Amino acid sequence: MSNISRDDVANLAKLARIDLSEDELNHLSKELSVILDAVARVQEVASADVPPTSHPLPLQNVFRVDEVRPSLTPSEALSGAPAQEEQRFKVPQILGEEQ
Amino acid sequence: MIKNSAVEMAKALSSNEISSVELTQAHLDQISKVDTDVHAFLHVDSEGALAQARDVDARRKAGEKLAPLAGVPLALKDVLVQKGIPTTCGSKMLEGWRPPYDSTVVSRLKDNGIIILGKTNMDEFAMGSSTENSAYGPTHNPWDLARIPGGSGGGSSAALAAFEAPLAIGTDTGGSIRQPAAVTGTVGVKPTYGGVSRYGLVAFSSSLDQAGPCARTVLDAAYLHEAIGGYDRMDSTSINAPIPPVVEAAKNGNVKGMTIGVIKELQGDGYQPGVLKLFNQSLELLASLGAEIVEVSCKYFDYALAAYYLIAPSECSSNLARFDAMRYGIRVGEGSAEEVMSATRQQGFGREVKRRIILGTYALSSGYYDAYYGSAQKVRTLISRDFEAAFAKADVLVSPTAPTTAFKIGEKANDPIAMYLNDIATIPTNLAGIGGMSIPSGLAEEDGLPAGFQIMAPAMKDDRMYQVGSALEAALLSKWGKPILDNAPSLGAR
Repeated sequence: MSNISRDDVANLAKLARIDLSEDELNHLSKELSVILDAVARVQEVASADVPPTSHPLPLQNVFRVDEVRPSLTPSEALSGAPAQEEQRFKVPQILGEEQ
Repeated sequence: MIKNSAVEMAKALSSNEISSVELTQAHLDQISKVDTDVHAFLHVDSEGALAQARDVDARRKAGEKLAPLAGVPLALKDVLVQKGIPTTCGSKMLEGWRPPYDSTVVSRLKDNGIIILGKTNMDEFAMGSSTENSAYGPTHNPWDLARIPGGSGGGSSAALAAFEAPLAIGTDTGGSIRQPAAVTGTVGVKPTYGGVSRYGLVAFSSSLDQAGPCARTVLDAAYLHEAIGGYDRMDSTSINAPIPPVVEAAKNGNVKGMTIGVIKELQGDGYQPGVLKLFNQSLELLASLGAEIVEVSCKYFDYALAAYYLIAPSECSSNLARFDAMRYGIRVGEGSAEEVMSATRQQGFGREVKRRIILGTYALSSGYYDAYYGSAQKVRTLISRDFEAAFAKADVLVSPTAPTTAFKIGEKANDPIAMYLNDIATIPTNLAGIGGMSIPSGLAEEDGLPAGFQIMAPAMKDDRMYQVGSALEAALLSKWGKPILDNAPSLGAR
């Protein structure tokens, strides 16, 4: 039986950058325990001699020709931005004062 | 005319019996009439559709040689970007966003002169099996408005069943084209992974996502498949090979001498008896047409659902990191970038999306990675091996598409595991990257609702699904005497 605590979910939410409510933290800790119990069965058959598959196609290093092609203009690229300034995405402060 | 197949509409257009403007307007009228009840569309682009139709009519009049489906209208799932047209993915996160470019699927639709009527409803970011997870409210099944139209592409399947469009585009990560087709009495195809470009498809689980055609007949789906499929340099996972000859296969529709493998693990417990009965009747029909029916065992399929619900959430937790409130989408709150990001994602994402992001974050976190994500990737190998062994014995594999007919809206909303079980028969093909098709198998005796028959083929042998699908479709049509959708209640009478 998996046991995911409220604090475990709070830590995951912090990593995933979602400011979950107290209700959601409690609810998700119960749900996650149930779901993890259901999916943990993959371990029953995942023996060491089975190679993992990350992708259905046997592709490696797909290269393309390095050439100039038409692309979005700055105003098109910025058209969906919540805020912009001088042809750039305007974002909230990323570094603290002391950094 | 709106009840005809797309191929019939195309024929009427090319013989000038009807113009594309008239045909498009007829579908816009049907949308006005029934979509208040069905809610298949999130956005209807009447002006753009009519402008496109006028252009096709003018080109036809000028004697230009047009593509087979030129002038025929289509409904587009709201997960594919279309320049200047709102694209929400059923999420508040993208409310009001208008993409600055066309996805490859949209470019090809436009190149083929196919008229895009608007964007269809879906579970938020394609996560769900009922369309109940849309932030803009559920879509209702035209067969019974109190029931789900399947998901995530419930808007596209409902639009077809309600005659709001003869063609639609869906995307299928674990069954999101095929299960909606099954529960609405329509046709849905998930092509081989890499068969249709993912450029401009908002990513959920990149190693599983695949766009594909939705229609009311197998031949219509085949023409749409050829219109959107094929290599695209903008998608590095696009297969650089010719599109399998799906139209030819759909026209051929002969199963004599083919071997059809019934997957033992995809029937029995958990499947509605009426759904299984229809499945078995379809098998008998195929046998009577000269196909050899054999049973195959894919013993690792029992682990497919568990592997999927680790792989898809893991990839989603990574893919959806792009919704960071910085470059597009909504922005909520003030303070540091991290605070704004966390507040925006809390407000912008719905319950199921948050659940999967948190689950994926857990499965990928250090200390748990090998036990969960790593093990799931190994199961993926075992499932591909099961398929290889089964395809050594059979040309195609078959199963019911979904274990049940459409359930009631709200019935499974609070039980994620029960909801996930909808996809038990469709998920293995996504994990292996092969093709899958669902066609209607009839109406279940318990509830009179449609069920689906699933056909799976090896990678890049998509034509085999169309061959078997059209043979079965023709046999069922002659048995029923009329198309399955003729049994659906008429809408908008109030």
